[in-house]
Amino acid sequence: MNKGSILKHKIKNAADTGAWRNQSPYLDKKTCIGCGNCVKYCPDACIVLREAVKKGKKVKFANIDKKFCKGCGVCAQVCPVKAIAMK
Amino acid sequence: MNKKLTEKFYPGHATCAGCGIPAIVRHVLDEADCPVVVINATGCLEVTSTLYPYSAWKVPYIHNAFENAAATAAGVETAYRALKKKGKIKDKMKFVVFAGDGGTFDIGLQALSGMLERGHDVLYVAYDNEGYMNTGGQRSSATPVGADMETTPAGKKSSGNKLPRKDMMEIVKSHHIKYLAQANVAYIEDLRKKARKALETEGPSFLLVLQPCTNVWKFPTSDYVKIGKLATETNYWPLYEIEDGRYILNLKIEKPKKIEEYLKTQKRFGHLLSPKNKELVKNIQENINREWEGLIERENGGIVEQ
Repeated sequence: MNKGSILKHKIKNAADTGAWRNQSPYLDKKTCIGCGNCVKYCPDACIVLREAVKKGKKVKFANIDKKFCKGCGVCAQVCPVKAIAMK
Repeated sequence: MNKKLTEKFYPGHATCAGCGIPAIVRHVLDEADCPVVVINATGCLEVTSTLYPYSAWKVPYIHNAFENAAATAAGVETAYRALKKKGKIKDKMKFVVFAGDGGTFDIGLQALSGMLERGHDVLYVAYDNEGYMNTGGQRSSATPVGADMETTPAGKKSSGNKLPRKDMMEIVKSHHIKYLAQANVAYIEDLRKKARKALETEGPSFLLVLQPCTNVWKFPTSDYVKIGKLATETNYWPLYEIEDGRYILNLKIEKPKKIEEYLKTQKRFGHLLSPKNKELVKNIQENINREWEGLIERENGGIVEQ
């Protein structure tokens, strides 16, 4: 009897969901307040909060990795300051 | 790539653009502080995350059949307890089931009832997108009144689905489990808090999470958070938890919006806005008000059962 199959997680087999995109998110670093709303809601966990030092102050801003981004636009919708634009 | 959130569930899965299911999975699993085993019923999540030859899961994952996700989880948990007793496993482990509303409300109800009744230490998360979205949007017993679905089309003689939603929370509550909660993917912090509580609970726990489906509810891919928030702001989807039979309402909206505001955002309810369906919308609003009042009553009543 066939006992079913076991699939192992191998990143190289991942579907290239980035190719689905027909619009891409662009972040305006000056407007971004680093609240992390987009990080929570991104369905593909493409966004991380990065830290940088600006004028001696620590600031946080979002960083979008578009490799698996499907271009849904959720990040732009949930952004409270409209720092992400879909183009 | 967000390393923390992709630790257990990696991208490269094929959920529709703008689907909230991966967000639910990531945030629930992120709350677990020990190794987890995921059990999955057939549904959107299963078909999209395990596209041969790829698996998006970085944790042990088992899929069996549509109806027996809870029974499979019960078996896995029993095997774990037996091995722990023999000293072959020493780590603490958690077992999480993800199932859609089809696999919970309709097809998997019997298995779920058995698992809850036997008291296995499993967290059951049902993401509720109100229909069989994976096969094109057929009606399930979670579909609300008036929805235009594939098997209940709206037209000249019909105004969509006629039958009301099954009250799953009450069904699960009747099993006297320690913790169950209704959450919403648009309120992630609330969802995480509930997931943490549920994972800490000894014995079975249950989460019912609203998951707006961009494909069949028919709204733009960017709007799942907006529509999820509207569902709670209109009291259509109240956030509450039941701990040891005691109801706790997590969010009381001071001035709930009218249900029309929620209905008009989705094309599946498009026909309800025409004048001939005015009566039906009024009925829907009355039902929502009555259910909300019932909830408040039960909350004030304190311990209702047990």
